Amino acid sequence: MLDLVLSYLDLITEENIWYVITTLFFVLLITLPLFGAVAYLTLAERKVIGWMQLRHGPLYTGWWGIGQPIADAIKLMFKEPTIPEKSNLIVYILAPVMVLVPAVVAWAVIPFDANWVLADINLGVVYLMAVSSLGVYGILMAGWASNSKYPFLGAVRSGAQMVSYEVSMGLCLLSVILLAGSMNLSEIVLAQQGMWNAVTLFPMFIVFLISILAETNRAPFDLPEAEAELVAGYNVEYGSMPFAMFFLGEYANMILMSAFASIMFLGGWLPPLDIWPLNLIPGIFWFFGKIAAVLFFFLWARATLPRFRYDQLMRLGWKVLLPFTLLWLVGQAFIMKLMQVGWV
Amino acid sequence: MIEYLPILFFLGVALGVSVVMLVLPHIMNPVRKGGQKLSPYECGFEEFDTARRKFDVRFYLVAILFVIFDLEVAFLFPWALAFETIGWFGFFSMMVFLTVLTVGFIYEWKQGALEWE
Repeated sequence: MLDLVLSYLDLITEENIWYVITTLFFVLLITLPLFGAVAYLTLAERKVIGWMQLRHGPLYTGWWGIGQPIADAIKLMFKEPTIPEKSNLIVYILAPVMVLVPAVVAWAVIPFDANWVLADINLGVVYLMAVSSLGVYGILMAGWASNSKYPFLGAVRSGAQMVSYEVSMGLCLLSVILLAGSMNLSEIVLAQQGMWNAVTLFPMFIVFLISILAETNRAPFDLPEAEAELVAGYNVEYGSMPFAMFFLGEYANMILMSAFASIMFLGGWLPPLDIWPLNLIPGIFWFFGKIAAVLFFFLWARATLPRFRYDQLMRLGWKVLLPFTLLWLVGQAFIMKLMQVGWV
Repeated sequence: MIEYLPILFFLGVALGVSVVMLVLPHIMNPVRKGGQKLSPYECGFEEFDTARRKFDVRFYLVAILFVIFDLEVAFLFPWALAFETIGWFGFFSMMVFLTVLTVGFIYEWKQGALEWE
């Protein structure tokens, strides 16, 4: 492992030192606003759900509740960190790191605008899938290492749920790859210039949205944290900053999945129609707007839908979404083949 | 290889932030001993028995099924990428593979491996 890291560091030579410095700068330019976005996503969540229930949401911290996330962060910082006496120390400490790190690292391959991408790798989709599914290890580690019943049950549920929906999510991504003929995220966006994938692959887009709700453990699939039965699920025994890390990781994952959905199905940085007033707006604003729209869908679903029962959740994942996506993929491949040879 | 360098930097920054967040509360807060605050949480009760207990085998079954189907997805990735060039032979080879898997899937379904009551 260390050899691998060192062999990468050997790539830094005197000729490209300037490239390395700017890259490091851009990494910080993405990471720090990401944490800010997470903080204000929590405020947006409380505001939006408040309004949907005819309440105000946070109102008293700063003007219009704008200081609430900062106040929350400072409060968590001044909590005493505890390590439960029965926990497995090292795993207990590493678990929040395992949740937070993948949620941040995945942003390396996201294209924000034409040619605005840090790591323009050909395996962008596979990288995103691999890294985003690492989060489940952190959750299982937290549940196991806490050595307490609620976290354990929450972690087992969460693990089973995340892996169940990962399969249908992978098949949704495959239908996009089939259409675009590439796994490079920028090329997938450019392949949608005529028509967004959300239109051509509309049912798959819906399945993808359902799957990312389940992947991020969000309502109506928030069984791992079902407050009424499991208190808070896998993070019951965590407090102070380690708890904040779980929180950051979860919300960063939400934003990441929204960005992923925007790139794969909603045309990334492209305007909806390539006509005069719309294509004056820089692509990055379109991209952020689309992320915000998908995030709003997350909050909307939470405010509207009641929680699933666990057997319903598993039935939906394995008996509905998986056969449907598999059939769709086969049908799509067949039609594409027919079109290639010119029979349709 | 140089295009993978930003990922390494991201890893470094994320790990750095994590370490800071793990250490910070230990510096800023005094440790107050006493009470029951370090015992496992169980709604205010003394814990009944250990948390290292048996859990439902179906969770394990789901994990096994996941391995099979995720492997299938992993096989489909290169197939989808090379779809333009592989012709009907490539198409039908994958269909045979998927049929074998589907037979297994139907068997699981009939056996009740996907049931949760």
